[in-house]
Amino acid sequence: MKRVYVNEQWCLGCHLCEYNCAFANSGETDMAFALRGKTLYPKIRIEEDGKVCYAVSCRHCTDPLCVKSCISGALSIEDGAVCIDHEKCVGCLTCVLVCPYGAVAPGPDGAASKCELCLKNSCGAPACVEGCPNGAIVFEEREAVMT
Amino acid sequence: MKQYLVIGGGIAGIHCIEGIRSVDPDGQITLVCAEADSNYGRPLISYYLEGATDEGNMSYRGEDFYEKNGVSAIHGVSVTKLDPESKTAVLSDGQLLPYDTLCVATGSSPFVPPMAGLETVEQRFSFMTLADARALEQAVSEESRVLIIGGGLIGLKCAEGLYAHTRNITVVDLAPHVLSSILQPESAQIVEEHLREKGIELLLGDSAKEFQGSRAIMNSGAVVEFDLLVVAIGVRPNTALVKEAGGEVGRGIVTDARMQTSLPNIYAAGDCTESRNIVTDAQGVLAILPNASMQGRTAGINMAGGEATYDGGIPMNSMGILGLHIMTAGSYYDEESGGKTYFYETEGGYKKLFTKDGHLTGFILMGDLNRAGIYTAMIRERRPLDSLDFEAVFENPSLIPFGRAFRKQKLGGEV
Repeated sequence: MKRVYVNEQWCLGCHLCEYNCAFANSGETDMAFALRGKTLYPKIRIEEDGKVCYAVSCRHCTDPLCVKSCISGALSIEDGAVCIDHEKCVGCLTCVLVCPYGAVAPGPDGAASKCELCLKNSCGAPACVEGCPNGAIVFEEREAVMT
Repeated sequence: MKQYLVIGGGIAGIHCIEGIRSVDPDGQITLVCAEADSNYGRPLISYYLEGATDEGNMSYRGEDFYEKNGVSAIHGVSVTKLDPESKTAVLSDGQLLPYDTLCVATGSSPFVPPMAGLETVEQRFSFMTLADARALEQAVSEESRVLIIGGGLIGLKCAEGLYAHTRNITVVDLAPHVLSSILQPESAQIVEEHLREKGIELLLGDSAKEFQGSRAIMNSGAVVEFDLLVVAIGVRPNTALVKEAGGEVGRGIVTDARMQTSLPNIYAAGDCTESRNIVTDAQGVLAILPNASMQGRTAGINMAGGEATYDGGIPMNSMGILGLHIMTAGSYYDEESGGKTYFYETEGGYKKLFTKDGHLTGFILMGDLNRAGIYTAMIRERRPLDSLDFEAVFENPSLIPFGRAFRKQKLGGEV
C-alpha cells in the first residue's frame, strides 16, 4: 500500500507541509482565509533540533496499536489506511497515549486528529507530498526496513 | 465445520470473533452474552450519560457485525457451567451448547461490600453496563442529589456523566485521595481542586457507616442526604466458570501466552484474566480495553488453529474529567524504592517520569499530552535509557534522540 514517507536528508524544515495539511483539511477554498490567525491542527508535524529535521505523520501501521486501543471503534482500517470517524470519537485520547510515533494529536473538535492520506478531503492525494518544495515527502509503496 | 463458542460480548469477545474469522471464514460461531447489549465500548457509558455520544455511535463494530461475521448471538442468557470433558456449556435457560474451542470473555462485575442499611436505599446503581447508564439517565434530574461511593476511575467518570444533569454530586472514598490506583497524592490534589472548583463535593478518607433510606451516615460523623446512590468501589473478575470447571485461577483466570486456560480447548481473554505486567514481571489483572482487544484477538486466532501470542501489557489510562485530562502508564518508583524521578513543568500542567534500573517504568502527564505514546512505547519495549539521550526525550517527546537508524526503520518503511 502507498504511504507517506519523508526523506530526512532532503527535508528543509520549512513547515510548508504543516500549512498544506491544515489547509487541505480545513474545507476552505482560500488558504489565507483558512489559516491566517487560526490555531492550526496539522496532521503532519516537523520535528527539529537545529541539526536534524524531518516530518512525521501517521505510519498507517499494518497492526496499529491505536486501532486496538480505541474505546469507541472510531479508529479503523479502511483499505490499509487508518481512518477516524469523528462522530464516534469521544476524545478520550487513548490513541495519543499509545501511538509510538506521536502521530495522533488532540484536534480542534475535541476528537483525535490524524493523517488520513487526504483520502477524505477534496485533495484526494496527500497535500503534504504535493506541496513539498524539495520533494522530500513522497507517497509510495515501501517494504519494511530490516535492521 | 468447527464450532466456536464465545462467552461475553464485550471488547475481548468481539476481537475474539475477529480473530477466529481471520483464520477460519466458515466455522460456526456462537456468542452468548449475559447482557442485553453487546458490541459497545464499555468505557463509553460515561460519555453516553454525559450526552457526548449516543447508542448509534456506541456500536463498536457496527450494527451488522454479527451478520457480517456469521455469528449467532444469544443475549440476556448466561453460561452457568462448562464441561471440558464433553465439550459442552450449559446456559441459564437450560440449553446445552457443544463446542470445539471456547473463549471465556466474561469481564468483571461491580464489587459491593456489605454496608449496613444498603437495602433501605431505593435508588441504588452500579456503573458498569450500558443498562446501568440508561437507568441512571432515566432516574437523574436537575434536582437530584447524587452520592457516589468510590473516587476511582469508574466513580469519577460516572460523576462526569451525571454532571451534565445535576450539580449536586458528592463523591466518597476511603482513600485520602481520588484516583489512588493511578495517581500520586500531589497529582490527585490537582484533580481534587479541579473537581471542587466545579462544585463536586469530595469526602476523602471517609466511608459510609450506615444507610437509612436517603441518608448516609459517614464514619466521620458527616451525614449526606441523597436521592441517587452509585456504588463504584471496584470490580472483580468473573472467573467462576473456569474455576468451577477445575481451571487455574489466580486473581484472574490464568492463561498461557496463547490465551489458553489450563483447561483443554478453553481460552480466556479480557478483564476476567490475569496477565504479565511487562514492567514488574508480576501477574495481575490489567483490566484495560487495549489488553482486552489484544488478548481477544490472540485467543480467537489460536482457537481457529492459527498462531498468535500475547506477551503482556502495562497499566495505562487516558482520562478526561470535566475538562482536565490526565495520562498515566506503568509503575511509579520513588527514590526509596530504587527509582529516579524526572519532573517537568509543562504548558498547563506537569509531567513526571519514573525510571528504574536504566528503564522508563511509568509516567503521569497532566496538561500537555502531545506525543505521550513515545513514552508509552519506551516502557512497553523496555528500551534501555543508555541507548539514547533520554533526558532530551523526557523534556520534549520526539524521535530525534532515538537516532537516524531508528528513524530509518520506523519512518522509512512499512511498520
